[in-house]
Amino acid sequence: MPSIREMRLRIRSIKNLAQVTRALETVSASKVRKAIQANEQTRPYAKKAWEVLVHLSRQPGRKSLHPLLADREEAKKDLVVLVTSDRGLAGAYNVNIVRHTLIAMREHDVPAVFVTVGRKGRDMLIRRRRPVIAEFSGLPVNPSFSVCAPIGKLVVDEYLKGYVDEVFIAYTEFISMLKQEPVIRRLLPLKPEEEEATIQQIRSASISTRVFSYEPGAEELLDEIIPRFTALQIYQAILSAQASEHAARMVAMRNATDSAKELVGVLQIEYNKARQASITNDILDITGGAEALAQAMAERE
Amino acid sequence: MPIHCEIISQDRIVYQDDVDIVVLPGVEGVMGILPNHAPLLTTLKYGIITVRKKGEEQYFTVAGGVAEVLPEEVVILADAAENVMEINLARAEEARRRAEELLSKISDVDTDEYLAAQAALRRSTLRISAAQRYRSGQTRIGGG
Repeated sequence: MPSIREMRLRIRSIKNLAQVTRALETVSASKVRKAIQANEQTRPYAKKAWEVLVHLSRQPGRKSLHPLLADREEAKKDLVVLVTSDRGLAGAYNVNIVRHTLIAMREHDVPAVFVTVGRKGRDMLIRRRRPVIAEFSGLPVNPSFSVCAPIGKLVVDEYLKGYVDEVFIAYTEFISMLKQEPVIRRLLPLKPEEEEATIQQIRSASISTRVFSYEPGAEELLDEIIPRFTALQIYQAILSAQASEHAARMVAMRNATDSAKELVGVLQIEYNKARQASITNDILDITGGAEALAQAMAERE
Repeated sequence: MPIHCEIISQDRIVYQDDVDIVVLPGVEGVMGILPNHAPLLTTLKYGIITVRKKGEEQYFTVAGGVAEVLPEEVVILADAAENVMEINLARAEEARRRAEELLSKISDVDTDEYLAAQAALRRSTLRISAAQRYRSGQTRIGGG
């Protein structure tokens, strides 16, 4: 049984802790909002780039498919861009995405190399002795596109040089404050045909029916636009992952605050009991002493 | 009849309005786009986009990209597009100084590092010259 003073100190330190976690929760909540907003801002570019891409890739009379659109005969090696956070205290956020990715890659059954975004994922992969060929850590909160663009350049280069035959991105998709899902998407080769449903939704009638002239040429335009689109997809994934990270942290911090409060409640009752017990003891001592004194006096008389 | 113009960069819509003419730095030369232009897709190089609306001109620097031209609209997917009025001259000059310093240190001209420094130098030089040229109030269409 700890002393009353120790108990009082413990209660105070837990109260302080609850204040810290509560502050972290509020901070994370505002970061979630910002990340979602930044993600929305990328939509107009993504939509237009996709339209142009689909339009270009459907031009008849092309000799061969653009190298970034063509399937390789056999996938011998994959590249996975794994998006995690730099910091912990986000519940199972990092563990989930890493586990999900490793299981999926095992089922896919092609040896993979990794490019990590975020310190936690890098550390976890290295501990499991997976090949990490590049890492991008310490990205700012709400990174600008130019910060993320080099990741796109790196994976497109690796792909074009033939070091890898497929490129995937694994990140945590933000669905709502309470729900985030690990997902794996293919980045390269890009397949405009496969996503027919989305094309139908976003295609404006104008672009597909008109006859365009191209400067310098359709192939060169694809050369320009596909790497940009890939970089943008990575950028969007990072923003979504950041929203998820902050949402996960927010929930983790809220849980921590709640259990701290519960603990304070329990301890407070124990403390009150102990305090009351010691007061009772003191009074018993005093009354006992008084009684003894009174008795002694009575006997003397 | 105006033509609708949108300048979109990866992380925001930089400009959108109905304008009278758009001047683009296409890879095969500067082109002025008037309403009812034939459909065209073109890549852009480093340069300046000019839009004119009722005699008033606005300028944007662009570090490459793709433009889609239709009779009634121009959509520009621009890399690092920026309104000339928003350029921070001090920062651009600092960036140029850094890029020059970096370039003088690298001896191997084939590395990614060298190319990146070169690109940074081009970007900052473009921004500085654009800011100096277009902010003083002179109006000249095109160029870059």
